[in-house]
Amino acid sequence: MLELAIGIILGCCAIGAGIALIAGIGPGIGEGQAVAKACEAVGRQPESKSAVTSTLILGCALAETTGLYGLIIGILLIFVAPGSFVGILMANLPK
Amino acid sequence: MDEKKRARFVDILLILLIVLPLAGAVVLKTVTAPVTPMEKGVQIGGAQVYFTIPLPIQELPISAAQINSWAVMLSILGICLYLTHGIKVIPDSKRQLAAEWIVDTVNKLVRSNMGEKFMGFAPFVAGILALSALSSLSSLLGLFAPTSDLNIVLGWALLVFILITHYKLKGGLWAYIKGFFSPIPVFAPLNIIGEVATPISMSFRHYGNVMSGMVISTLIAYALRSLSLTVLGWLPGVLGQIPFLQIGLPAVLSLYFDIFSGCMQAFIFAMLTMMFISTASPEDA
Repeated sequence: MLELAIGIILGCCAIGAGIALIAGIGPGIGEGQAVAKACEAVGRQPESKSAVTSTLILGCALAETTGLYGLIIGILLIFVAPGSFVGILMANLPK
Repeated sequence: MDEKKRARFVDILLILLIVLPLAGAVVLKTVTAPVTPMEKGVQIGGAQVYFTIPLPIQELPISAAQINSWAVMLSILGICLYLTHGIKVIPDSKRQLAAEWIVDTVNKLVRSNMGEKFMGFAPFVAGILALSALSSLSSLLGLFAPTSDLNIVLGWALLVFILITHYKLKGGLWAYIKGFFSPIPVFAPLNIIGEVATPISMSFRHYGNVMSGMVISTLIAYALRSLSLTVLGWLPGVLGQIPFLQIGLPAVLSLYFDIFSGCMQAFIFAMLTMMFISTASPEDA
């Protein structure tokens, strides 16, 4: 029974981490669009390449944030959550 | 001649002040690091707690992140003192030129992003930039980067949040409260959440970038080691135990995760600090 409980905890943590990383879709699309527009801008005005590039990198790093939230949750679910959940389970075992 | 000798002696002292804190942190880490055997698998955890100070309410743990960030602060102090030691009206040394370049660059950045009114913020922005960038870069020495601990970055973000609130309150308490109920009172919960989200998103952005870089590099280094032990394990004796495949790829990854990402996030943190503070300030104050 205990093995089953621990197995459910580990499995659900892994599934949750996978679901959390769906957050990566948003920044992917967003940064892709930003890069596409930046390419257009450089094609139209090649002399403004350095300004466009620095703005693009800043914007991409900002847009990455939402993806990073998902990544943090995923990493926590894989490396931290199973240990603490199993700890809670062990502490509450009926004597 | 005596004057010159003394200047050189002070220089050496200041260089020691730059190097010694970081070296001390490295030594402290090497001495106290727990040995994790290969069989236990990859271990990824938070900062190692060196010791705890007993306080009345709660114990205060002093972790590697704190020690390292203090070391980085001392180092930055040393760098500043070294660069500005013996400055003259007409610069004749390279380091004075470097110091002037740094001050000039930060002044230009602050002037173009915040305007002339906020020039007093230039040292603060430069401090945040230097502390954040050097903290992330300290992982190149094998230290636990202070910025991969949420507590450190959240501390900076809270500082910025206090500054933002201070500048918002300059327009008067009533205007500050009324700001939450605009455009219509129904938006009040959203506005309050948005206000609280500022330090959280700032700190999570920085911490998430640096920490995820650390986790990914650790995982890849571990995977390469296992692969190397499997593929090249047939080599006789000690040769079979050396992870040859670990050579190369982690260095290239570190170029992105440690150097580029760290400096980028420092720049973004400083940039956001400037933006938030300058937009929080009322127009006519």
